[in-house]
Amino acid sequence: MAETGKLEAKPVSFEDLIKWEKIKYEAPELTGKIETPCIKENASLSYKAQLYKGKDAIARLGYPTEGLIPNWKEKFLEKMDEMLKKYRSVRLFMDICVRCGACTNKCHYYLGTGDPNNMPVARAELMRKIYRRYFTPQGKLLGKKLTNSEDLTEEMLALWYTYFYQCSECRRCSVYCPYGIDTAEITMAAREIMNSIGIVQKYMHEIVDKAQYIGNNLGMIPDAVRNAIEFVETDLQEQTGLDIKIPIDQKGAEILFVTPSADFFASPHIESLYGYAKVFHQAGISWTMSTYASEGGNFGLFVHNYNNMKIINKRIWDASRELGVKRVVGGECGHMWRVLSSYSNTLNGPFDWLNPKYSIPQHICEFTLDLINKGALKLDKSANDEFTVTFHDSCQVARGMEMGGTASGQYEIPRAVIKACVNKFVDMPENTIKEKTFCCGAGQGLLGDDMLPIRVKGAMPRMQAVKVVKDSHGVNFLALICAICKAQMSKMFPTYGYPMEEVGGIHQLVSRAIVFGAKEGI
Amino acid sequence: MATVEFQGKQVEIDEDGYLVNLDEWTKELGEKMATDDGLSLTEAHWEVINFLRDYYQKYQIAPMIKILVKEIAKILGPEKGNTKYLYELFPDGPAKQACRYAGLPKPTGCV
Repeated sequence: MAETGKLEAKPVSFEDLIKWEKIKYEAPELTGKIETPCIKENASLSYKAQLYKGKDAIARLGYPTEGLIPNWKEKFLEKMDEMLKKYRSVRLFMDICVRCGACTNKCHYYLGTGDPNNMPVARAELMRKIYRRYFTPQGKLLGKKLTNSEDLTEEMLALWYTYFYQCSECRRCSVYCPYGIDTAEITMAAREIMNSIGIVQKYMHEIVDKAQYIGNNLGMIPDAVRNAIEFVETDLQEQTGLDIKIPIDQKGAEILFVTPSADFFASPHIESLYGYAKVFHQAGISWTMSTYASEGGNFGLFVHNYNNMKIINKRIWDASRELGVKRVVGGECGHMWRVLSSYSNTLNGPFDWLNPKYSIPQHICEFTLDLINKGALKLDKSANDEFTVTFHDSCQVARGMEMGGTASGQYEIPRAVIKACVNKFVDMPENTIKEKTFCCGAGQGLLGDDMLPIRVKGAMPRMQAVKVVKDSHGVNFLALICAICKAQMSKMFPTYGYPMEEVGGIHQLVSRAIVFGAKEGI
Repeated sequence: MATVEFQGKQVEIDEDGYLVNLDEWTKELGEKMATDDGLSLTEAHWEVINFLRDYYQKYQIAPMIKILVKEIAKILGPEKGNTKYLYELFPDGPAKQACRYAGLPKPTGCV
């Protein structure tokens, strides 16, 4: 590969162009400053995602199973045409960008790598170049030279695969775009176009398949879900001496509680499950989890293929109706919250049978805060006195629609719950939180171990902000409300030299602070 | 798909070094995977690996870490029943590294 990013004449196969190779990575030294890096051409060109080879699963998802199909150019343009017509937003975003550059230094992957293709405008240009060449009169007539466009070549396709899988669709760039261009939508469309010609990324599609056909991202069969939850229930009863239950598949319960399957499998996620169960117990409200709807996180959101997202979301919809619940409460999960609160109604129709007195759906933080405000939960802040806590706004929640019926509830409600549980709370710098929050570096399909080198680079801005409050206030707990953020940050903390135990969920803090036997119920 | 030669046989592994056909696993193969990583498996490692395999046969997935921690506390003593000890045994994380040596698939999802 030449310095300029143009390919040399020597023929290289497409497989070689997108081949995944293990790359050594190390974390940069933290300074507490987030600086715009100098451009380093091709700095992250070699960071590829692994391709999915599970043919049965790919077939179930409706994509070609044998890798890049022979007539791929034709199908690519057909699919792109379909995307542009189906999603008018994508077409609009192709046309309206004025290259003002406001987004250039807003992406964590650009800040972390310096690779110009990770500037949101340049990433989107990968699609616009094809758009101008094949979908505008001037491109069709004059070709690539006069229209700043590109022919559809294997080299171009390899750039697509590389850089559309170095975008975590976190939408931070969109916050700064004067035209409101949602670059995540462009990435979603690009990924679906690649899927349609047989270029299917492994990590996220393996999970989309498991969520659809087994029921959760981990692929846990109902017996495994039951075993894990029953273990937590027994452990809770041993710890507290109380008859705390985690009901499963219980018809007629008031609440269906849905959470990422990581919450009953991984650490630190599981600590929040203890917290949820304690809150429901103390509130005295009947609730149930479901072995059928055993996943919150909807990875169908990551590509413009609403069918996948719809099938996954329908499990929650079906389970809530079948169990006859009156409320759906969602646990600490970013993509679940975005899909359930922003897409569910149009995917599967409204939850007509739920009680309209409560938010549909309701976030666990809203649920817990409501109990705190009503005096139904007593919390002993001193139980968390060993912690000075900060809060990382998860991108899908922070830049989602709302929480608790107010436009800024997604910022205020989680913070209010934390402040009710701890004495020492401090926010990270203003340009790294709330609507301007930085992604953890592993969202929207980039959490696989194959992506570790780019995950480390993408986590850099968040880690710099963590360092600021560590240095100024001695922060030693990063509170999170997303399973991906928890998995990513508990890997990044040790990578950047901080203890893994300093990462956890908000309900982990609630779990420690809750005082039983106080006024019960509401 | 890559293969490794082991005891005169070609064994298929994926890009991350996990077995493709889980029934090709043998104790010796687990041992070799660890040796290749510069790790020599002790009895404690084997307690973990054997438990993972038993659990997997029943539930088609590895157990959550807390179940593993509790089991290890039972077998090796309460002072070893913690996540830290498991990370000492398997520095890349018990869920991923131990699963690989045990011939189980890599856990997927937000983990």
